[in-house]
Amino acid sequence: MGDVELRALDGVTIDISKGDFVAVMGASGSGKSTFMNIIGCLDKPTSGEYFIENENALHLTENALAELRNKKIGFIFQSFNILTRTTAIENVELPLLYDHRVSSKERRQRAFEALKSVGLEHKVNSLPNQLSGGQQQRVAIARALVNNPLIIMADEPTGNLDSKTSIEIMQLFQELNKKGITIVMVTHETDIAGFALSTIVFKDGKIILNEKLDHQKDAEAELRNYPTTTKTIG
Amino acid sequence: MMRMLNLIKIAYRSLNRNKFRSFLTMLGIIIGVASVIAMLAIGQGSKKNIQDSVESLGSNTIILIPGAISQGGVHLEAGSSNSLKRQDADAIMARCQLVQYVSPVVYKGAQVVAGSQNWRTVVYGVLNDYFNIRNLAIIDGISFSTMDERAAAKVCVIGQTVRTKLFGVYENPLGQVIRINTIPFKIIGVLDKKGQNSFGQDQDDVIIAPFSTVQKRMLSTTNVNNIMASAISQELIVDATDEITRLIRERHKLAPFEEDDFIVRSQQDIANIFGAVSKVLTILLASIASISLLVGGIGIMNIMLVSVTERTREIGIRLAVGAKSRDILFQFMIESVFMSFMGGLLGISVGILVSVLVAKVGGWPVDVTLFSVVLSFGFSSFVGLFFGWYPARKASKLNPIEALRYE
Ligand SMILES: Nc1ncnc2c1ncn2[C@@H]1O[C@H](COP(=O)(O)OP(=O)(O)OP(=O)(O)O)[C@@H](O)[C@H]1O
Ligand SMILES: [Mg+2]
Repeated sequence: MGDVELRALDGVTIDISKGDFVAVMGASGSGKSTFMNIIGCLDKPTSGEYFIENENALHLTENALAELRNKKIGFIFQSFNILTRTTAIENVELPLLYDHRVSSKERRQRAFEALKSVGLEHKVNSLPNQLSGGQQQRVAIARALVNNPLIIMADEPTGNLDSKTSIEIMQLFQELNKKGITIVMVTHETDIAGFALSTIVFKDGKIILNEKLDHQKDAEAELRNYPTTTKTIG
Repeated sequence: MMRMLNLIKIAYRSLNRNKFRSFLTMLGIIIGVASVIAMLAIGQGSKKNIQDSVESLGSNTIILIPGAISQGGVHLEAGSSNSLKRQDADAIMARCQLVQYVSPVVYKGAQVVAGSQNWRTVVYGVLNDYFNIRNLAIIDGISFSTMDERAAAKVCVIGQTVRTKLFGVYENPLGQVIRINTIPFKIIGVLDKKGQNSFGQDQDDVIIAPFSTVQKRMLSTTNVNNIMASAISQELIVDATDEITRLIRERHKLAPFEEDDFIVRSQQDIANIFGAVSKVLTILLASIASISLLVGGIGIMNIMLVSVTERTREIGIRLAVGAKSRDILFQFMIESVFMSFMGGLLGISVGILVSVLVAKVGGWPVDVTLFSVVLSFGFSSFVGLFFGWYPARKASKLNPIEALRYE
């Protein structure tokens, strides 16, 4: 068997404007994570161009890219990627440790606020192995928020959460989006995609659909109508 | 500055998370530094001790011993010939202007009995000058006179060890009669305590008697074991040695092409010889200890390399949230330097502790010098930098996406 060239992404052209909230959908293996890694400045395409804030990211040095990831991008990974044997708050503090303009007092404060915004203020000193999968994902979300990014890249942020918590996260995203933060979010669930402003769909590394939604679901309203007592099914 | 502080905090947290492993890594450095300190302390201590005891011979001392007899070109042991006589000592006294004191020395092992007690010791036969040459002080009683010497009087001065063995601590030995090899001697003086010399010899286990008494009554020879002299000052010791050599060669009627049939050594020569020996010893001990420090350094490198592999994902996460490649480099460098630094500090404490223990328990002389502390601490920090660099560089060169995918 020889090496077969595989194009994880092929001929993708897309323009994401500031303040957008994009849901990225597509079958497993269609290239969503690869796409996210490139626009999150973690990976570079073999060929092509990518502009972020009018700057060609491919011409930036490693250090400049690190700076960009640190100050302007918040990344939420498909697998949480939080540090083991490290408390929730220390995990959330991590991006700020690499931003020397932030004092240690401010760092603690902001990390705590971020944890609070994902509803984990009572788990500040818990270790990841003392947290549920959903809670770990929320620690990862708090870490992505803590540096007040311009863009949040979220690779299936609700993949491990129950539907109510998922909507809570969507409410958080919508709030952040209203403040002007651009959000790009991968999801498999059409339900969740409905909270976004637009959708793009990948298939075999190509974008097959890119549309603005005519109606954005309001997470806050959904939460209000969410049944407080759930019937046991089965 | 702030950035460095943060990196130190990060490094500290990750060492703290793996306390036991960090400690084990440091252990190599601790042992290395501690052994360097202890070895240098022992080396330095014995050097100082040798110097002290050579000096206790008397600082201007010159010693003459009979040379080796050569039989058909084969040299036997030094001191084996019968070349030195009392008359040589008298001639030195009379004719060498740079010599202040001279005494011929004979000695013999002897069984000493006082009442029901007995003891085996060495009896020295010397002239009065000997006390000045050797810096021997009499704390009780008196030394013997020229009259005693001329008359071969059966009087003696005893050392502290002999005194306690024969009379205990409380009984006054002065005026008592002891039998040395069955010959009765009257004790007229007691020497001050001198302690051990660096060869482990008890300098207080002696009896000193007039030269002629020992030579005539206990030995049946006119040869002397050695001649001790002292120069009028330390600066003139080399000249005094030359003066003595010329005189004895002349007295022994040696032709210019003939070798000396005696050996002259100044206290300085002896100090130099032992100084050189203990220097070699110190270097040897220190280099063995340095090897363990080096092994400690390799231990750090090994652990750091394992740790980089093990923490690949962690490094990926750090890069993803905006750590620069040099932040990762510094973090790992700080970790290894911190370990060797702490290991160095702990090693110094352990080394000093071991040195003190060796001194207390083993009775070995030790001397911890500032030099050895600075040296081993500097070396251990350097080891941290040197062996930490490669793993740290490896960590900093990781690609974020690949590091994140690492299982
Ligand atoms: N490191 C890699 N080496 C080789 N092929 C890869 C690598 N990473 C991804 N791929 C391939 O690229 C394609 C796109 O992968 P990608 O991870 O982007 O999919 P995805 O859309 O995120 O899937 P999922 O929904 O399962 O997360 C897949 O066919 C995958 O096998
Ligand atoms: Mg994916």
